[in-house]
Amino acid sequence: MAVRTVYMDHSATTPVDPRVVEAMLPYFTEIYGNSASIHRFGRAAAKALEESRRTVAAILGCHPTEIVFTGSGTESDNLALRGVAFAQRRAGRGNHLIVSSVEHHAVLNTARQLEEVFGFEVTYLPVDEHGMANPDDVGRAIRKDTVLISVMYANNEVGTIQPIAEIARIARAKGIPFHTDAVQAGGMLDLDVNRLGVDLMTLSAHKFYGPKGVGVLYIRQGTPYLPTITGGGHERGRRAGTVNVAGIVGLATALRLAQESRESENARLRRLRDRLIQGILDRVPDARLTGHPTERLPHHASFAFKGINGEELLLALDVEGIAASTGSACTSGRAEPSEVLVAMGLPHDWAIGSLRLTLGKSSTDEDIDYVLDVLPRAVARLREMQAVEV
Amino acid sequence: MTRVVVAMSGGVDSSVAAALLVEQGYEVIGIMLRLWGEGEGAGASTNRCCTLEDMELAYRVADHLGIPFYVLNVADFFKKTVVDFFIAEYLAGRTPNPCLRCNRLVRFDWLLRRALALGAEYLATGHYARVRVVDGRYQLLRGVDPRKDQSYVLAVLGQHELRHAMFPVGDYTKEEVRALARRFGLPVAEKPESQDLCFLADGDYRAFLRRHAPEALRPGPIKDTRGRILGEHQGLAFYTIGQRRGLGIAAGVPLYVIDLDPVENAVIVGTAEELGRRSCLLEGVHFVSGEFPSAPFRATVKIRYRAREVPAWILPMPDRQARVVFDEPIRDLTPGQAAVMYDGEVVLGLGIIMRTEREPPPEVMETLAASVPA
Repeated sequence: MAVRTVYMDHSATTPVDPRVVEAMLPYFTEIYGNSASIHRFGRAAAKALEESRRTVAAILGCHPTEIVFTGSGTESDNLALRGVAFAQRRAGRGNHLIVSSVEHHAVLNTARQLEEVFGFEVTYLPVDEHGMANPDDVGRAIRKDTVLISVMYANNEVGTIQPIAEIARIARAKGIPFHTDAVQAGGMLDLDVNRLGVDLMTLSAHKFYGPKGVGVLYIRQGTPYLPTITGGGHERGRRAGTVNVAGIVGLATALRLAQESRESENARLRRLRDRLIQGILDRVPDARLTGHPTERLPHHASFAFKGINGEELLLALDVEGIAASTGSACTSGRAEPSEVLVAMGLPHDWAIGSLRLTLGKSSTDEDIDYVLDVLPRAVARLREMQAVEV
Repeated sequence: MTRVVVAMSGGVDSSVAAALLVEQGYEVIGIMLRLWGEGEGAGASTNRCCTLEDMELAYRVADHLGIPFYVLNVADFFKKTVVDFFIAEYLAGRTPNPCLRCNRLVRFDWLLRRALALGAEYLATGHYARVRVVDGRYQLLRGVDPRKDQSYVLAVLGQHELRHAMFPVGDYTKEEVRALARRFGLPVAEKPESQDLCFLADGDYRAFLRRHAPEALRPGPIKDTRGRILGEHQGLAFYTIGQRRGLGIAAGVPLYVIDLDPVENAVIVGTAEELGRRSCLLEGVHFVSGEFPSAPFRATVKIRYRAREVPAWILPMPDRQARVVFDEPIRDLTPGQAAVMYDGEVVLGLGIIMRTEREPPPEVMETLAASVPA
């Protein structure tokens, strides 16, 4: 099989840090109580839960009661959008939402459902050729009946960091709650909710070396919010369901560890990433970097290659041991370009040939060398075979 | 290590093909094609070549062999090149064999290109056929098991395809392949072998045409060879050459379908004697060797997948045409079907039967007489 394996898909998920696993282990077999129980078993679990909440709150610069633990980033996005939209409508404040057109499907498809099923009106903000939303467009899109704005912190597909603080200022001035999906930014960028000015923020543990199946929704005190998962009174009534204490301990530990090494690790990743980007642009003809050239996540390199199919490139890389991802999909055998790249105005024959390489803790210069050796040949072979029916 | 892509279906033959290649030390990649089937839309394919169960089986076989496995979605391309062709042929009054077209355009073009792009040297399938190299030229041979031989549906391949083709089970009989599956411990089900086309929902091509090409099922006259109307037919696609039953006409002698006329939308019937055909015209003639001969030559010819081979003269013609003159009159010669030519165990090539003749035209007999030593 392949001579070596190179994992370059850290935006999809990361391995759990062994220190995180160690921190979680007691909560499976020793401290296994239900944190809602009144007895000593429950109290021991609740103690770990509240400690974790304080850890996360300290990193976000908020009050611990403003932290809601959830089952995933997707769940947090769903709770945020529906929760605010329904609460605002109930209070008679209006029916209009603003989201960017390059949101993750967790936000985009929730907004679409609110539009198509629940009768909300949604404005989808355009982005420029780098995938960046313009705060002026947000200002222009705001109406009297606008009840929520949601713009992601950093884009998963092209790595572009959005001008969140500026958008937040505009929303704040109009008194409109502002949510940001910070799933890709977690562990990498500043998460201080007051510096950012956000009212709601989504995080997911498995993107920063924590476990899968646990997320955070920050909800600023006083934000209109109707719980859309109802049941017991867990998480102060904002997200019902028995609390995943082990997962939450893992999330808090992982976020703390990421925060501690953030500066040095980001600098290391940035250097590797820039080598990778330059190497690929030098070696592959008809290749371009997608997303913003400077305002991008430190570990994130994304490309479009003209005239090839991204999914077929993934196969060719997988065969050589390289794990990557693409925004294009082959839903019926015909290459469909990613919506994000289309929104950025990329032509079809470029947009179907997208590739995302995302680095992480395990990434080395040797990994970069290997990709720079394999990728240009793989692209050339696909082009030779004219393997795309355009 | 030489890389080989195996087209896997979840069945015994392609699974054993993959296992044999792994054992022979190749770097093997399993690929399953997701084809179009009726009821295409959400979720898994409705094509019987690649149901969810087949995918699961192929995945388990790949896992058992420790090879990577991918499913490639070729539904749109398959629909466009194979299914639409199938419908168009019926509309033209012919009886197509979509499997040959699939092998040529889907497996040994669409998939072969992708296999090569993955850095593979070969594309292997579970067909019962063999490849031999003689003086740098590639020959396609029958599989060793005469009951399973599938060289007929591979006669569309040429030098480029055969240079990159492998048929690992072609050297074995079906019984030996089953024994190999057991020896390799492959978790493959014994799927009953189907003669039906994979993309039909219920195996009934007439019902399929009714749903997808109702215009192929216009009623029209049933005539005899002198043009007398004997009854009404339910649509040309319901009838095949040589068919006797279901005509709904009473006559003193048994009558058979001897021709379908799409221009007049007529079914032509005749006696057993009128059914016999001495020659036919082939179009789109292809030779595996890549060399189109100029002189008439002898071959045995198979006029459909399960037909008995018969001896004949082949007369090459311009524009990739040829005429076949059979030694004895034969029945069931059907336009749209492929006539595959053999020299012993070697597949020479094929052509599509376009027109059938009770007797070859006189000039053809003259050419034959001139070119054949008495």
